[in-house]
Amino acid sequence: MKSAGEGRQHRAGWAFVAPALTLIGVFFFLPVLAGLVLSFTDFDIYAIGRPDVARFVGVRNYAQVLTNPLFWQALFNTFYFVIVGGPLSVLASLVAAMLVSARLARFPGLFRSIFFMPVVTTLVAVAIVWRYLYHPQYGLLNWALGLAGIGPVDWLGNPHTAMLGIILMAVWKNFGYNMLIFVAGLQSIPEELYEAAALDGASPWQRFVHVTLPGLAPTFLFVGVMTMLGNFQLFSEPYVMTQGGPLRATTTVVLLMYEEGFRWWRMGMAAAIAFVLFVIMLGGTLLQMRLARERR
Amino acid sequence: MRRRWLPSLALHAVLVAGAVVTLTPLAWMVSASFMSPGEANSFPPPFLPRVFTLDNYVSLFTRLNLSRYFLNSVIVSVSATLLSLLINSMAGYAFAKLRFRGRERVFRFLLGALVIPAQVGMLPLFLMLKALGLVNTMAAVVIPFMAGIFGIFMIRQYALSIPDDLLDAARVDGAGEFRIFRTVVLPVIRPILVTLAVFVFLSSWNEFMWPLIVLSDDAKYTLPVALASLSGEHVQDTELMMAGSVLTVLPVVLVFIALQRAYMRGVMMGSVKG
Repeated sequence: MKSAGEGRQHRAGWAFVAPALTLIGVFFFLPVLAGLVLSFTDFDIYAIGRPDVARFVGVRNYAQVLTNPLFWQALFNTFYFVIVGGPLSVLASLVAAMLVSARLARFPGLFRSIFFMPVVTTLVAVAIVWRYLYHPQYGLLNWALGLAGIGPVDWLGNPHTAMLGIILMAVWKNFGYNMLIFVAGLQSIPEELYEAAALDGASPWQRFVHVTLPGLAPTFLFVGVMTMLGNFQLFSEPYVMTQGGPLRATTTVVLLMYEEGFRWWRMGMAAAIAFVLFVIMLGGTLLQMRLARERR
Repeated sequence: MRRRWLPSLALHAVLVAGAVVTLTPLAWMVSASFMSPGEANSFPPPFLPRVFTLDNYVSLFTRLNLSRYFLNSVIVSVSATLLSLLINSMAGYAFAKLRFRGRERVFRFLLGALVIPAQVGMLPLFLMLKALGLVNTMAAVVIPFMAGIFGIFMIRQYALSIPDDLLDAARVDGAGEFRIFRTVVLPVIRPILVTLAVFVFLSSWNEFMWPLIVLSDDAKYTLPVALASLSGEHVQDTELMMAGSVLTVLPVVLVFIALQRAYMRGVMMGSVKG
């Protein structure tokens, strides 16, 4: 009886996961493997009509990618977004989470929903809105800065500020997501720890450093890795707001991959770019996990 | 009591300031969408329309074919949501509750694959769909949303709490596994199904890069792709573009407001270690 039931569950189990595994296998794992193969070929616009003309070229695409100045510029821009934008966004999320979780806060649910609102909005739509907010003459942002006596900034038109403009917009769009995760993390810290620290005469700042921050360590790792992975894939913001300009200052690795693959149809080259990015993202993830382990 | 008064005031001042900054871009978008052509491009930037007009919305539907794009987006998002609910709920439940050989290994493998960025597979996926004659169809846009590792994970976490006794009782009564799933499991996991539905609906509605790649024919565009393309041609028409943005954002904001508890629970669940 028992073994018959087990056999039934075994069959049913595989039958239940089969549709999902088939779809993920065919439309995700297979393309990923095919992408690896593609990256060692000279697959281009001619091969799209006749795939048999594509030839293996060894590591030529990788060599060309790594010697292409435009790739290094895109990598630099992407790292700029990851290293400046990531921590800025995590900091904004943490501050917002502390504020809405404060015991004195009235209507915490309302504020939480408001701060979360940009997360659900359509990126393309709000990127267009921000393009107008950044308008050097008529934009709301320069008007507000003008009130503070700061001269007009051509945010998206100047190569030195364009990425900064994208970062500000991305922080606004995304901070609500990590805020919620920090709120969940804050709730998981036992109240007794705060009470004990207060009894020991710890100041609010000391309580924050010695109770809150260590209590949030797992949350920091999760948020850090997820934010980094998301930020490495920056594409839509520069596509809509700056088309990668001015002077390529906002061309990211994924935008470059898109241009190579779907504008110039150099699919082999684009696949190589994608895999270089994948390796970098994997390295970044392992680095963060290692740092988190060492801190413990 | 008197010592509490000042910190409370400071806290709420910061909270309100944060809320104003967060909502300003959205409020300005709505306000500018009701302005007359050219009005938004003046200094100082006007906060409210001098004359309230619906002309921009009318032009979107009469001149710019917006209803077509809106319908495309609805078709894509609704089919993505329904298909992913069915496929992921079955898989997530099986990974949580049905004992089958290889279960843990397969599940761990799937979780590990979460670090692979979607872009790595996009180029071959495009070529595959081209070979299948699916490029430039709604189906091609929906395909990547049908089964998702995160969706499976979400359902599994929730389904773990279903008591085995409940399932065994149904088995003793002679119910088949699929019937148990339909009549016992689905009602129990309803809350997480709502969460998953909101997740998939929002992400398929908002998705940009993939539909941009697979859709070449203007009439097939989803709203974000159409909006990005229009914004290139109509850079000067601020008010018109704001009306387009409002219509694109409105459905997802409404869904969020209606189902925000379910959605935010899902976000918080993602952070719980599996």
